[in-house]
Order: sequence, then structure tokens, then C-alpha cells
Amino acid sequence: MKHWPPASSTDRGPKPPSAAVRLLRDPKVVGAGGFIALLIVLAIGAPLLAPKDPLAQSLALATVPPAGFPEAEPGYLFGTDGLGRDVLSRLIFGTRVSLTVAFVAAGLACLIGSLLGLLAGFLRGAVEALISRLVDIWMAFPPVLLSILLVAVLGTGLHSVIAAIVVIDWTRFCRVVRTETMAQAQMDYVVAARAIGFSRPAILFREILPNVAPVLIVLLTLEMGIAVVVEAILSFVGLSVSSDTPTWGGMIAEGRQIVHEAWWVLAAPLTALFATVVAFNQLGDGLARSLDPVLRR
Amino acid sequence: MLVAVVVNRMAMALLTLAGMAVVVFVLLRVVPGDPIAMMISPGASAADIAALKAHYGLDAPLFTQFWIWIKGVVTGDFGTSITLHVYVTDVLASRLPATIELAILALTVAVLSGGAVAVTGTLVRRTAGEAVIDGLNSVMLAVPDFIWALALVLLFAVAMPVLPLTGRIDPALAEGFATRFYMIESLVTGRFAVAANILKHMALPTLALALPLAAVIARLLKQSLQEAMVQDYVLLARIKGFGELRLVLQEALRNAVGPTLALTGVQFTFLIGGTVIVERIFAYPGIGNLAIDAVINRDFPLIQGLVLLFGLIFILINIGVDLTVAMLNPKLRHG
Repeated sequence: MKHWPPASSTDRGPKPPSAAVRLLRDPKVVGAGGFIALLIVLAIGAPLLAPKDPLAQSLALATVPPAGFPEAEPGYLFGTDGLGRDVLSRLIFGTRVSLTVAFVAAGLACLIGSLLGLLAGFLRGAVEALISRLVDIWMAFPPVLLSILLVAVLGTGLHSVIAAIVVIDWTRFCRVVRTETMAQAQMDYVVAARAIGFSRPAILFREILPNVAPVLIVLLTLEMGIAVVVEAILSFVGLSVSSDTPTWGGMIAEGRQIVHEAWWVLAAPLTALFATVVAFNQLGDGLARSLDPVLRR
Repeated sequence: MLVAVVVNRMAMALLTLAGMAVVVFVLLRVVPGDPIAMMISPGASAADIAALKAHYGLDAPLFTQFWIWIKGVVTGDFGTSITLHVYVTDVLASRLPATIELAILALTVAVLSGGAVAVTGTLVRRTAGEAVIDGLNSVMLAVPDFIWALALVLLFAVAMPVLPLTGRIDPALAEGFATRFYMIESLVTGRFAVAANILKHMALPTLALALPLAAVIARLLKQSLQEAMVQDYVLLARIKGFGELRLVLQEALRNAVGPTLALTGVQFTFLIGGTVIVERIFAYPGIGNLAIDAVINRDFPLIQGLVLLFGLIFILINIGVDLTVAMLNPKLRHG
């Protein structure tokens, strides 16, 4: 006798695809995710993948235009900057600072902001009042001014840049997570968990947190895009890592100075920055549509 | 009701400003490097340094410094800039008009262009045209003013060198102004050639500040408009024979504009924050550019004055938005 399909699967119709399958079917997520994966590979493999030493100067080869333009030099695909350094190699090494800041700063801001947001939304009362007032005062500062102020106070360098981004942007997570937690805390499953006698930390971290997580992941992705830009701005103003480490923002600042003589020195890092920011945003959009049950409907 | 809202908001605003004052003051004083180090020549003696510190009151205990500063702030005296050697209030007063003109022009451009995109998107809804607008807008939403500013520099330095990349006005024309509101004054006094020159200088920073806001306005307003277009009153107007453009502009827009207005107010504060880096890129002489110099030079009195000024601007905008929204919403107005 032949096996019949189990009765349970015949009368339910096709199962809705899982979150992972939905994500892989979204061209936005795949395209943007692929681009960010490529950046990660470039950052890790920079010493192997960069064609030249990103710091090697040669005044004889200063402001060589990119391949395909008159007076281009073989081996310098994107040309050279004012000191004769290879733009492509500097671009590849620049991904290291950008991605480090994106992941570490956004991750820490997410951790601190969502923890405070969870507490404010769940405990309410005086804790919420205190945290909300803090967020209000924080958000009254212009972010760019505050970040420059903080880096000036903390001193330049990668740690300061990361600290500045975390100190400024935890409020983004805190506000959203607080609202979301307050909404979740009203739901039946939380009331049920309380009735069964779950402890408050258990309700907060095992019941509410997983339901806030989709919003958090989307916010985190968007924050990574923001962090990359903030680092570039600080490098541009000369307040990020020291000038012997290639960064996109530092390259942009040099390119801005000599834009009339060598436009490619500005164009290359600016395009990289633009593509990275758009990629993080498109990834966030795609994740929001796939993960957020409200948006999906 | 409205009066209560205003009083409440004012009290909150004062509290926030006081909080900002304390935070900035303390933050600056825990810095390892002090501003005196930036001013002295390498050969200065310890006595010279001490004299300078005493001159600027930096040798007093922290609390005394704070008390002196706050007493001054309340009476409108923000101290003297350490690097510029003039009163902080004078520096701010001479730089603020440039930023106000830039921000208002950028806001106007953003509202008009964002509104135009939203209306166009509504007119061509459910066509390939809408898909193109949505696709472009979703990319525009991701791009911050910093990237726009540099992209414009690149475009106008290399491809179309028709607009100036730096400054506010040709130095030769910057004579004979009674106020620092160059744009407004030259328009009011009928010096249109000067106004045109200022406008050319403002064009690129304005665009860089306006484009991100325009994208936000376009998305929200288009969504509200499309929701309004399926309402009964629009259907009724359609039956009466109104044209599509008239339907959108006269019927839907009036009912759809509320949420966009509230959001624009909030986003306007981001635009003001954006002036810091955009003014830097275009060497535009406003308070944003000044702020970066002040921080790099560790000019304490100037930084403190600037932070309070930015805070005040933000709070005023927020109160203005709340009042406008409350006045437009009959439920809040009478409730």
C-alpha cells in the first residue's frame, strides 16, 4: 500500500514560507546584503586584496587619473591622490575603519539603548520618567555638534569615535524599544505569563524581548548606515583616527581640497560611502518588510 | 488650553536648557587639554600661563566658574571668546543671520520640492511613473546632507562650474549692509543684483540641506494624499466633474497635510543640525561652521554659547510645531 501524505498536511494548504525564505526571495535584501558581505571580505582580506601599499607615496605619480583617462598609469585603476598613493588600495583599507565603527558602535548603542528602553517600558513609573527626561535632554543637542564636542573632549581616535556614536545614538533605540515594550506589555501573552507566576526578568527577557527583536534588528541595520556616515564626517573634520590610517572620510577631506585638479580622489570614497549607506538602508527596509508582521500584511 | 500647553512647554524648555548648560560646562572642564595650551607660544613661562588662566577665570574652582558663567548668561553676558577676543554674544549675533537665511531657504525648497513630488506621485499612481518615483525616493531617503553636499561639490567643481563652491557673497559686494541678514536686506532695499549673487552662493548648501528633508516630506505626504484620494468627499468632487489635479490640490491636500506638517517641524531641527557640516563643506560663514572651529580650538565660552543657542533654536521650533499642530486640530483646540 502506498503512503498517503499525512492527513494533517493535506487539509491545511501550503505553509507560509519561513522568515529566512522570505528574506532570500527579497531582491533588496539579497542585493544589499551581498554588497555588505563584499565589504566585509574586503575589510578582512585588505592586505591580500589591495593591489598596492595604501601608504606608499610617490610624488612622481601624484594625481594620476583613473584607468581609461589620458595620462592614466597601468596598475592604478582608480588613479592616485595628491601624494601619489593608490586610491583603490586606500579605498579597500578604508573599509576596515568604516565597518568596525558600523558594527561595534551600532551594536553597543543598540545594547545600551534597548536595555534602558526595555526597563523604561516595562517598569514604568519613576524609572520611565527619569529615562524619558534624559532622552529629551539628549535629543535637544544637534547630533553632529554633540559628536564633534565629544570627540574633542575624548581625544581623537577610533575608540573616541565609537564612544561618541554610542553616547549620542542610544536614544534612537531607547525611544522605539520603550514604546514597543509598553505595547507588548499590554498583550494577553504577558498577562498570561504574569498569571502563571513568571518572574519579572523572565517576562522581560524571555517573553517581551523576542517580540521586540524584529524592530531592533531593523533599527540596528539603519544605525550601521548612520555610524558609517558619522565616522566619515569626523574623519572629514580631522577628528577621527590618525591620518596614517586610510579612511573614507579622510580621503574625502583630501579630495575636497584638490577637487579642481583631481576629482577622482573625492569621487571614489564618496561613491563607496554612498553605496554603503544605501545598502544598509535597503537591507533595513527589506528586513522590516520580512520581519515585521504589521508591515508584511 | 493653549496657554497651559505653552506654559508647560516653556517650563520644560527651561529645564532642558539648564540640563544642557550643566552637561556642556562639566564636559568641557574634564577635558585633559585646556584652551590656554592652544594660545601660548612655546617659550611662555609658568607665570605667563598662570596670568592667562587668571585673566580668563580658568584658575577658579569649577563651581565658582559655573556660577560666574550662569550669572552672566542670565543677564545676557556669555563671556569673551578665547580665540576671537570678542564677546560671544557679538560673534553669535554676527553669524546667526547667515544660518537663519540658509535654513529658511532650505526649508522652503524642501517643502516645495517634496510637495511637488508627492502631488506628481499621486497623479501618476498605479503606473510605472509611480514606481520610478518610489524607487528614487527610497534611495534619496538614505542619503544624508553630508553626502549630498560633497556630491554637489563634485558636480559643480568638475562638470558644471557655474556656481561658487564657497562663501556667502562676493567680498566686493559685502559692503554697505545695515544688518547681517544680507539676503533679506538686499531684497528689501531692491539691490537685486546683490541678492542674485547671494542666492548663487546659497544654492548648493541649500540643496544639500533640502534634499534629505524633501525626500521625507515626499514619502509621507504622498501616502497621506493617496489615503485621502479614496475618501467619499473626493469621490463626490470627482462626480461633480473636478479635474484630477484640482482633486489632489483642492480636496485631498487640505485634509492630508496635517501629519506632514508635524513631521516637517521635527525634521527642521535635523536640518539645523545639518548646517554644522554643510556650512563647513561650503565655507559658509554661519554658526555651524563657527561651531567646528570653536570645538577644534577648545574655545570654551564660545562652545557653551553655541550649544545653548542651538538648544534654544531646537526648543523654539518644537514649541512652534506643537502650537501649529494644536491650532490646526480642533479636538485639541477646544479639548
